[in-house]
Parts: sequence; C-alpha cells; structure tokens
Amino acid sequence: MKSSKSDADMLGMKEELAKALGEAVVRIPPNVRVSLQSAFSRETSQLAKLHLRAILDNIELAGDEALPVCEDTGIQTIFVDAGRNFPHLGELLRIIPEAVELATLSGPLRPNTVNPLTGKNYGNNLGPNAPAINLSIVDGDTATIHLLPKGGGSEQLSALWMLPPADGIKGLKREVLSHIQKAGGRPCPPVIVGIGIGGSADTCLKLAKRSLLRPLGTPNPDEDAAALERELLESINKLGVGPMGMGGSTTALAVNIETAPRHPATFPIGLVMQCWCHRHVTLRIGSDGRVKD
Amino acid sequence: MTEKKVIRTPFDPAEIKSLRSGEIVYLTGRIFTARDQAHILMLRDGIPKNLETKRLAVYHCGPIAKQELGKWRILSAGPTTSMRMESLESDFLELSGALAVIGKGGMGPRTLESLKKLGAVYLSITGGVGVTAMKQLGPVKAVHFLEELGPVEAVWEFDAIELGPLVVTMDTHGHSLHENVAADTRSNLERVLDRA
Repeated sequence: MKSSKSDADMLGMKEELAKALGEAVVRIPPNVRVSLQSAFSRETSQLAKLHLRAILDNIELAGDEALPVCEDTGIQTIFVDAGRNFPHLGELLRIIPEAVELATLSGPLRPNTVNPLTGKNYGNNLGPNAPAINLSIVDGDTATIHLLPKGGGSEQLSALWMLPPADGIKGLKREVLSHIQKAGGRPCPPVIVGIGIGGSADTCLKLAKRSLLRPLGTPNPDEDAAALERELLESINKLGVGPMGMGGSTTALAVNIETAPRHPATFPIGLVMQCWCHRHVTLRIGSDGRVKD
Repeated sequence: MTEKKVIRTPFDPAEIKSLRSGEIVYLTGRIFTARDQAHILMLRDGIPKNLETKRLAVYHCGPIAKQELGKWRILSAGPTTSMRMESLESDFLELSGALAVIGKGGMGPRTLESLKKLGAVYLSITGGVGVTAMKQLGPVKAVHFLEELGPVEAVWEFDAIELGPLVVTMDTHGHSLHENVAADTRSNLERVLDRA
C-alpha cells in the first residue's frame, strides 16, 4: 500500500499497540472481576469457593506484578471498526501484525501460533492469516480497535450446529445446554458464552465471537434475544458444573447473543466459550493518528 | 481453618495411596512440566538420562518463558487442559514412574484405571492462575527438549514450594470427582431440558 503523508501521523503506533496487547493479558476488566467476586460471595460449595478465591487472588497478583494473568496469552483476535473517513486504515492494518510480533518478542505474549499441519511454532504469533483481523466499516473518522487475546482451552470447545429449522429455539437450548454440560471444567468456568444465531455457518460463529466484546451484564437490545440470554444463563447455572467443573452454581457469568437473519431452510447456531480469564482492551485512534483518551 | 496439608516429592507411595478424592493439598519439591508433544517425544525416545521422574509429579503446563541476560525467566505458569494427554498418560506414567499428574479439567477412564494400577493421583490446580503458580514454582532448575519442542512444549524442572491449592480429583482407589460431578450435571441437564 502506498504510504501517504498522513501516515507519518501513525509513527509510534506500533509501540502503542504492542503495549496495549501486553496490557490486555495482564489486567482483567473491572466488570469481569466484579462478576467473579459476586460469584464468590454467592457460592456455598467449598471447592467452588476455593477456585474463585484462587482466581481472584491471581488476578490481583498479576495486576500488581504486571505479569500475564494466565500463561495462555491466546491467539490474538482483533476487531477493527474503522470509520469510513478514518485516514490511516491501510497503515493500521500493516502495523497490527508488526505490533503482535513486537509484543511477543519483546513483550509478555507466549508464542502460540503453530503451523496447522506440521505443528511447528512460528515463534512470533504470526503466520498465514494471523493475527485474525475482523474489519468493519462504520460511520465517522476514527477507528476503534478491540483486542481479545483468546485462550486455546476455551476456544477448543467452540461449536457449530446447523439445526433443522423445525427444532427451533427448543433445539437450540438442547444443544447449547448439552454442550456446556459435556464440556465440564475444560473451558475454565465460570465462562462467558457467546452465541451467534442465524446468518450462515461462518457468520454465526463470527457473531458469537463478536458478542464477547459486549460488556458483561449488558443485554442484547432486542427483547426476544435478551429474554433468551436470561433464560439460557439461568438454565446453564442450574447444570451445576461450577467453577473449574467441580460443582457449584456459577457455570457462566453471562450469555451474549448476537443475531442475523437466516434462510428459512437453515438454522445456524455458533457457540464460542470464553474462559473466566476474559481479557479485552479497547483503543480508539483519532483521525490525527493518535490514541484517544 | 485447618493447617495446610503438604505432600513432598519424591513421594512416599503410601502417602499417595492415602489421599482421597476431594482432599486439598499443596506440593513441595521437584516437579517437571510436560504437554502432549513432550509426552509423545519421551514415549518414543525414552526419558532423558538427566531428568529424574520417578515418584515425582508431571505438571501439564506450557509456561511463558522469556530469556533475560542468558537466563530463563518464567512470567506465568498455570495448568493446561489435561484431557489432551488422555491417550498418552497411562503409558507415560508406566514409563516415568511419576506418582502424580497435575493439571486442569481432569482426565478420563483410561487414566483413572492406570492411576489405580500404579498407585498415582491426579491433582487439579485452578485454571488460569499463572502468576500464583509461577511464584510457587520458583526459578527454573533445568530445561529439556528446548531445541526440538520450543519453550512452550519443552520439559521444565522446578522446585515447587507449596504449589496449590491442589484438589485431589482422581485417587488411587478409582474415585474421580470429575465423574461424580458429570453424573450430577447429566441428571441436572435432563431436569432442565424437561422444563425447557
């Protein structure tokens, strides 16, 4: 991409982004911490309390020492919502992989990308099609970047169902609840469950992943979707999987649903699990190429 | 609050046999990490001569290890999902003589059977407690297979001081807390689906 004069504004952006990628794995957003704390107060089982105590103590220790909360600093999953008049998009997309490499070689990220066929580690969290950048064009002249380092243990329990439409919402509940029961402690509960409904096979999974960006406790603006979120959360927490799968009343902290229209002959459902270690940092870049706030 | 129960490596086999599913312990002494790649390599080529494994604990962990001034520094070292090693663990326990497996999420019937046969236990550590575990593990004592496997899959040795809390979730008597919880959650699932 030809660099324009205005790209000079982006000088230092690689370092800023690398710093944010490092920060994202060190600090857990306050609303996630609060949610874990209230789970600790609610739980009555000794083992549920033991795990939540260990989780909360570790979050605090990691913050104090500025070290990664979890050793699995994940696959770098990045959402870019670029304003249609944001002047530095090409430059930003060029810088992101470089920032990921910098945050790995000189920062705290664990090198996690391996060749899918040979298993050989790339050493820099890059490789073909990595990092995953989900680009959306929105109104305005700024860009919002969401960093979502996503651990492998919970990602491995993602799922896609193309249900017979006749099974409807009842079928959705059956699949989602059965899946979470079977997953047990493997995705590191309490989890955040992201569900994409509708669209196509690829769209519903993208929606499920994107739903994890929504702050805990913020319902879907659509009343039907919000009611389903509430009902599923309540049902999931009646399963008794509990923190780390050792029993308890907190299996999920939230269920976030995003939807897209579906073809009447299909009923796609995508599910993404997010472990309790829900790391998420948002950056806004102004039209002047500087990080805002 | 009762006092912490600390178990030490090299383990006394009788003490390991006395542990019961549901008990909470802390571990002090030499332990080594191994993920699936290290299991596969050692099952193929044998245990390196300079790696002691007998009556020790194998920790399912791929730490964040960074080299600083020629020395390895561990930034974070929580457990990885143990189920990934299910097809390998029974053979590895036979080969290594390790008497404890530490990880998260529990393991399946094949490992449970082999724990019973070999008098070994599975100890669960809370997933994601990377910094807490790193502090309890202390400095790196040795590393193996760094060239072949890279720092995440390599075998790291540590002298742990009160690593934990660890929950004994699979004991030498064939009890698995994971199986018990799964039985409960299966019947809860049926109840919830009936109502849905």
